[in-house]
Amino acid sequence: MTEISENQYYVPHKAKWPIVACVGLFITVIGASLKFNSLDLEPTTPWLMYLGFAILIVMFFGWFGEVIKESEAKLYNKHVDASFRAGMIWFIFSEVMFFAAFFGALFYARTFAVPWLGGEGTNLATNVQLWSGYEPVWPTNGPADLNGRFETISAFALPLVNTLLLLTSSVTITIAHHALLANDRKKTIIWMIATVLLGATFLFYQVEEYIEAYQHLNLTLESGIYGATFFMLTGFHGLHVTLGTIMLIVITIRLIKGHFKADNHFGFEAVAWYWHFVDVVWLGLFIFVYVL
Amino acid sequence: MSHDITHDELSHDHDHKPKGFVNRWLLTTNHKDIGTMYLVFALAMFILGGSMAMVIRLELFQPGLQFVEPFFFNQMTTMHALFMIFGAVMPAFVGLANWMIPIMIGAPDMALPRLNNFSFWLLPFAFVLLAATFFIPGGAPAGGWTMYPPLVLQGGQNVAFLVFAVHLMGISSILGAINIIATIVNMRAPNVGYLNMPMFVWTWLITAFLLILVMPVLAGAVTMLLTDRYFGTSFFNAAGGGDPVMFQHIFWFFGHPEVYIMILPSFGIVSEIIPTFARKRLFGYVSMVYATAAIAFLSFIVWAHHMFSVGMPLGGQLYFMYATMLIAVPTGVKVFNWLATMWRGAMTFETPMLFSIAFVALFTVGGFSGVMMALAPVDLQYHDTYFIVAHFHYVLVPGSVFAIIAAAYYWLPKWTGHMYNERLGKIHFWWSAISVNVLFFPQHFLGLAGMPRRIPDYSTQFAEFNMWSSIGGFAFGLAQVFFVYIVIKTVRGGQKATAQVWDEAKGLEWTIPSPAPHHTFDDYKPVDLSKMAHGDNH
Repeated sequence: MTEISENQYYVPHKAKWPIVACVGLFITVIGASLKFNSLDLEPTTPWLMYLGFAILIVMFFGWFGEVIKESEAKLYNKHVDASFRAGMIWFIFSEVMFFAAFFGALFYARTFAVPWLGGEGTNLATNVQLWSGYEPVWPTNGPADLNGRFETISAFALPLVNTLLLLTSSVTITIAHHALLANDRKKTIIWMIATVLLGATFLFYQVEEYIEAYQHLNLTLESGIYGATFFMLTGFHGLHVTLGTIMLIVITIRLIKGHFKADNHFGFEAVAWYWHFVDVVWLGLFIFVYVL
Repeated sequence: MSHDITHDELSHDHDHKPKGFVNRWLLTTNHKDIGTMYLVFALAMFILGGSMAMVIRLELFQPGLQFVEPFFFNQMTTMHALFMIFGAVMPAFVGLANWMIPIMIGAPDMALPRLNNFSFWLLPFAFVLLAATFFIPGGAPAGGWTMYPPLVLQGGQNVAFLVFAVHLMGISSILGAINIIATIVNMRAPNVGYLNMPMFVWTWLITAFLLILVMPVLAGAVTMLLTDRYFGTSFFNAAGGGDPVMFQHIFWFFGHPEVYIMILPSFGIVSEIIPTFARKRLFGYVSMVYATAAIAFLSFIVWAHHMFSVGMPLGGQLYFMYATMLIAVPTGVKVFNWLATMWRGAMTFETPMLFSIAFVALFTVGGFSGVMMALAPVDLQYHDTYFIVAHFHYVLVPGSVFAIIAAAYYWLPKWTGHMYNERLGKIHFWWSAISVNVLFFPQHFLGLAGMPRRIPDYSTQFAEFNMWSSIGGFAFGLAQVFFVYIVIKTVRGGQKATAQVWDEAKGLEWTIPSPAPHHTFDDYKPVDLSKMAHGDNH
């Protein structure tokens, strides 16, 4: 085994997974485009999209597998580790900006678009001419009452439980981290499993909430601006929790296999950062989507 | 532990390049090879996007409809913009960053080499996806590159392809930007401080932050378009309580920093070239850094000046007007610094210098028309006319594109080991510099006289200026084909370049042989700071 010295920087050669990732993404989006366009006509089964997903899953195993192998082979010194940290931090930051676009849409709609439709400011004519009688109160499905009357999810029922679940999971992953720093592998694994379970329970309740919204509250994606912002924000957040939970499971399996040391566990930390990120986004959601 | 990493993959001191197309290009992690691929890709997209511009100018040569259907004309304007912005200018800058940043800061490679490969190869796939829309029912996107709803949503089947293509380009840009930040922050040689870094590295560091901040917002905006089109959401539909103007706000929150993403690296390039050929140090290096950061910050708080005519509360109009005019201050700092660098310098006028001087002069013309349009009341007259077309083409063509061409002439000897033909380079410069003004200057007058943009026909009083503009356009297009010829000729042969290439040029790139070896700065150790242009080590 050749270890890499402190004044070298490991540069991998023959990276075969990026091109697989490109092909996988390309097939996925073509499949999705064809599927979406078929919605106008006769819905089809998006086999191409599934194929693309399959390629992407293989790619993730391959790419991360290679990185894990190199990490266990001690090819990554402190210098490489710092690059990974910078990469993960700015990746999470880009994710924050992605959510910012949807939060921005929510704030804009509530502060400007809806009151203007109701005639606020210089928009009296808009209201009288186009949407006569429209009362701009939030939540709203718009002056055309798109998709009919709906009710909203009560903040202090399931959403509050979910908030507590995610906050608790942030505590459990921190306990796991401290256990890892103290070289207590068994304790680390137990608290990681607890974190995974909390994440999975959150997702279960989120699905329950969607079923409730669609079946009993008539709250759907098509319920005007409220339905659009509600489902896009909670939906993308749920997707990130799903990815985060999968990442937590992978880290737990790696812990069981004996990976990570007290002084060398960037993979663990990266996933913990990601988990805290989805947690913080949820707090924003809880306040601005559910409570206010 | 058993693994299949051989010693060969670990040894960094060899210079043999991988053999075969797949190993050399498809699977490469080498920043120079990836940089080359970015630059070749950008040049190809530049020619493709340029040929769409030729279709536009051909149709506008005379009033009336001669060559293409109006619908196809609209596809041309839309796709020309998308190809040039996301396919030509941005990848060209990333290619230059890939090639030059590691060399300029004494790093062995980019910080995340596999990710670098991924960032590049996403682009050809994204553009295949985008170009495929020409062949689907309903044709290519024709609602303008700004993708305003509701028009863009009426585009038939191309919406999904357009949105996903933008997503792929966005992923590519974000990952590329992350890589550049990690490289600059983490990979500098141990004695290279931030204030030793060349201006090109500084401008790219700031550009990379802009990219990470705004590309995800564009991704969010087009995702909302996608769900509005296919899944019945009402983000941009007033009937459901949404607002089409909201798209414009979100889009321009991305779009305004985006125009600085396309100009800040040019500032960096010009700040490298002018000191070399004026044989003086860059005037006001630290103020250049601060000015770049100030421009980047301001770019986030001025977006609605693109929307003065759409309707906005008076307070909003005033705020966006004043904030926009503020940008002229740090930009002015830069222009005066370039002039002061040249002041009493021992100037010579090789091709990169000619393009850089033209950049300073003509970018300033575009900057001035920008200040004119920042005035909310008069913008109501300029909005969506050929005046804005003239404005942004002045900052993008004799601005960004001239800077990229200058960079190509400046560093081609380092990349290829051959000097380009100086006589041909000068011919290319004068041919481009004259034709670009014939092409775009008359468009100012057309716009002020009221000719709207994105319309294939026009009233007969606009005929003469349009004819001039088209003649300039054809000449400029041909000049760039000539540029491709010069580049190919330089790659294949020519006078051998020395390591120093340009006498007095400062920077670590001139301390390594020409052509640059496949691997440089393999060991993490101090570099000779006296070779760098900036810092107190002189």
